Amino acid sequence: MSYHDKYEAVIGLEVHAQLMTQSKLFSGDSTAFGAEPNTHVSPITLGHPGTLPKTNKEAVELAIRIGLACNCHIERYNYFARKNYFYPDLPKGYQVSQHTTPICKGGHVTIRTASGVRNVQLNRIHMEEDAGKSIHDIDDNNTCVDYNRAGVALVEIVTEPDLSSADEAYHYVTELRKLVRWLGVCDGNMEEGSLRCDANVSVRLKGETKLGTKVEVKNLNSIRNVKKAIEFEIDRMINVIEQGGTITQQTRSFDASNDTTFAIRDKEEANDYRYFPEPDLPPFRLTETFINDIKDAMPALPEELYTLYHQQYGLSEYDAAQLCLEKETTDYFNEVVKFTTNYKAASNWINGPVRQYVNEHKIAMDSFAVKPQQLAEVMQLIDEGKINFSVASSKLLPALLADGSKAPIQLATELNLIQVSDSNEIENWVAEVIAKMPEKVAEYKKGKKGLIGLFVGEVKKASKGKADPKVVTTLLEQKLSG
Amino acid sequence: MKVTDELIDNLAHLSRLHFSESEKTALKGDFERILNFVEQLSEIDTTGVEPLLHMGDAINVLREDEVKGSVTRQEALLNAPLHDDVFFKVPKVIKNPSA
Amino acid sequence: MFSFSSIEDYVSALQNGETTCEDVVSHYLSVIDSNKHLNAFLEVFADEAAARARQLDQDRNNGKPLGKLHGVVVGLKDVIAYKGHKLSASSKILEGFTSIYNATAVDRLLQEGAIIIGRQNCDEFAMGSSNENSAYGNVLNAADNKRVPGGSSGGSAVAVQAGMCMISLGSDTGGSVRQPADFCGIVGLKPTYGRVSRYGLIAYASSFDQIGIFAKSVADAALTLEVIAGEDDFDSTASKEPVVPYSSLLNSSNYNGAAPKKIGYFKEALEHPGLDPAISQSFNQFLKTLTAQGYIVEPIDFELLEYIVPAYYILTTAEASSNLSRFDGVKYGHRSAVPSEDLADFYKHNRSEGFGKEVKRRIMLGTFVLSAGYFDAYFTKAQQVRNILLKQTSAIFSRFDAIISPTVPTPAFELGSMNNDPIEMFLADIYTVFANLVGIPGISLPLFTHPNGMPFGVQVMTSHFSELALLRISEVFLQISEK
Repeated sequence: MSYHDKYEAVIGLEVHAQLMTQSKLFSGDSTAFGAEPNTHVSPITLGHPGTLPKTNKEAVELAIRIGLACNCHIERYNYFARKNYFYPDLPKGYQVSQHTTPICKGGHVTIRTASGVRNVQLNRIHMEEDAGKSIHDIDDNNTCVDYNRAGVALVEIVTEPDLSSADEAYHYVTELRKLVRWLGVCDGNMEEGSLRCDANVSVRLKGETKLGTKVEVKNLNSIRNVKKAIEFEIDRMINVIEQGGTITQQTRSFDASNDTTFAIRDKEEANDYRYFPEPDLPPFRLTETFINDIKDAMPALPEELYTLYHQQYGLSEYDAAQLCLEKETTDYFNEVVKFTTNYKAASNWINGPVRQYVNEHKIAMDSFAVKPQQLAEVMQLIDEGKINFSVASSKLLPALLADGSKAPIQLATELNLIQVSDSNEIENWVAEVIAKMPEKVAEYKKGKKGLIGLFVGEVKKASKGKADPKVVTTLLEQKLSG
Repeated sequence: MKVTDELIDNLAHLSRLHFSESEKTALKGDFERILNFVEQLSEIDTTGVEPLLHMGDAINVLREDEVKGSVTRQEALLNAPLHDDVFFKVPKVIKNPSA
Repeated sequence: MFSFSSIEDYVSALQNGETTCEDVVSHYLSVIDSNKHLNAFLEVFADEAAARARQLDQDRNNGKPLGKLHGVVVGLKDVIAYKGHKLSASSKILEGFTSIYNATAVDRLLQEGAIIIGRQNCDEFAMGSSNENSAYGNVLNAADNKRVPGGSSGGSAVAVQAGMCMISLGSDTGGSVRQPADFCGIVGLKPTYGRVSRYGLIAYASSFDQIGIFAKSVADAALTLEVIAGEDDFDSTASKEPVVPYSSLLNSSNYNGAAPKKIGYFKEALEHPGLDPAISQSFNQFLKTLTAQGYIVEPIDFELLEYIVPAYYILTTAEASSNLSRFDGVKYGHRSAVPSEDLADFYKHNRSEGFGKEVKRRIMLGTFVLSAGYFDAYFTKAQQVRNILLKQTSAIFSRFDAIISPTVPTPAFELGSMNNDPIEMFLADIYTVFANLVGIPGISLPLFTHPNGMPFGVQVMTSHFSELALLRISEVFLQISEK
């Protein structure tokens, strides 16, 4: 659509991430997903008369952790506020949130798109409690309410209206999801609702500085849907304007069945939330010690590790990026390279056979049964020429997975996998094969160099797989020349 | 300050309260008197005074992340005006999905 | 025939075998029964209290160690959660509601052997000064049934006044323990904000509320405070300030050195046009008595006196409007039988049918002061005034050991006499709201009798967490004024 050259989009994203604490933000109910309805509730969660909140320390630490990772300023003095409104899934008739004093301010998230590397500016990150769930399709006449989710700790991460395309939004949410998982702050599961995204979208003529009327789009429960919804919305808005209409400020929902959005609140009902400081919760005056302890306990971030792997370990951009997709992978890799300096080999193993295995078996890499040290030993065997990569990955690795109690060298020996690299021995096999196939040898000498593979295969058979293919090839080439 | 019908209506809606016409009339009168009474505060010079946001000196009151204190579903539903032993129920709304 | 004088004497009598908990409970049940017309109790836990009494007697006879409040008969204002028992804030909106947990204060009473005898009537959601705002009928003053007992803890006050229980727990947000104590001629204590856990106290104004104690004597109030006070895992605003053994230190000989105590009184308070002449006269006479006893008594200039009630009403109604949002008929509470057009309508029916007039009025006012456009002029302004008052309080207590005042400008008034004027009702709180605004403890002491026969008292206030000093000086004042 040529209209896109005329207009630019301005997008801001609000992401709600459920914090991975055991208990809720203000009460001791469990936060575990998938429980029977209304079994993770207490008088506090249900807003019973006389109940009071008490803040979960872990939630505060996780909020600070993500703020530090996003280069935010951590607000030393911050407090909770009540956001007053009525809805059945909001037990107290107010949500305890943060209004004028978010715990984190500013900051940015780095994204890499086809156009390059960019920092998406954040406005704030604040803590708040989640609401319960209203289910409309169980009972014809009534809405069913489940308060298991009510009170779960959330952080709300708000960007500046700093994104300019659906593609950027896609990358931002991808990166943010990776980061919160990386930090152990949130499991990032959009289908289960532990990570939710709302988009604020507006369009304006290119070069215009005033912002266009913005529309809020909700119910974006996958990264793909974030992109699709924004794409649709930008197109829709441009069409409206091009046809002479004006954009109504409204809230819209995304329909995943046809990738469109539809209005759910026609007129922006200015909801007066009557925010005021939560009197039941004393303020925070975070100490430097408290924040530094969290800083010290932070894991190395993907960016840092990427730089280390690429620049210091000399891995390719691709290899380094692959390793840095998930914290479990870098954890594993970092352990392996404690026992070896063959970074390239380690990277090949982990991005290759190990990754393949964990994907097939749907496990996390930290559950991979082969210990980093063992993998390093396997790599050592290859470096020493005792075994080749092909045999190691197809035979030794499965054996190790089946029985991790034995050292790789021991297993390799038991399984007769140790290859022969001794030229003298291999010469015998080479001689055997050459003697066996005079016609093929003749063809080779005449120019059919491709036959080398056949000879290597035959030597392999003759040696029952134990001949080091590199040595075999070298010797064959020697013997067959001239 | 003048208390209008519109103000009363807005406040009633925000508070999810309903008043009959006669109640509204009485309320308007009361409100005007009360507001005149509390408006006296504007006579005090509060330049440069920080508002008191929290009572008491406590700061950084936190609890350990432990699972405890939940009640059974039966207890939770004990006082529910309408339930099916699993969910709390609220009459379904045709007009407005959000209040 | 059991006659109660003090908890200490009662426990001795139990230990000497002069009486039993069972007999005592039986006695109180009969007093409650013959005072039904006062409407102090909404519910009496007769069987339960009797069973508990028997158990306590058995425990005592078996040599089990006695709790600090062993066998003490206590009543709870209908805003304090008692697990397995009804809780209604004297409102229709919570009619039939059963609490599924105990208030921390109740847990502590029970741990020390107290017997909870019943749930006491009060103004709806603790909003009122006369107990004429209950959805379950007025409470009558036992000294004169045509007069109010005060409020909002009217039932709790009358229960102790008329000997229906030994101790009552009430709540005090702007004077709701001290004022009815004054009207009923008993001791009423509001602790420092944060001294007693609010977990289990139905919230009216979160930064003002405290559970308070009604008793016949300062000693009994001291002992009860000792039991219920202290930090609490469930209340983030409950202080970590250590709890002093108030009861045992009450009369100990070394009372902070020999220097005479400096007592201050607010000059403007005594010049207040609404102050009853007889009360004024008695109070001024008391000041002279104190001076004669060696106290240094001085007036304090308190120019902001007339502003404390407006500040109080802005802040408390604001907090209340939010605290009462949970009463929506969704998870508990009254649900209307009238079909609703939409969700907003559903809420409006439930809440409008369930809440009384005064509660609705205060919710509306609170919503107003918090709403966009008015927040700065009203709510923020009142918070600034509160800060000024707090600073002034520090200054006052750097010079004075205690502040005294009449507790209420008038003695108990007649039922129905203050119904139409909200401002007049607000102004009745003028001497008591100060302590709630700044968080200091206050006590009402039954020192005098009005020419019209009604009791009235003096209020004493001391600095934050100085309950020991407050209780000690109260003991002395009572002794001084004993004619």
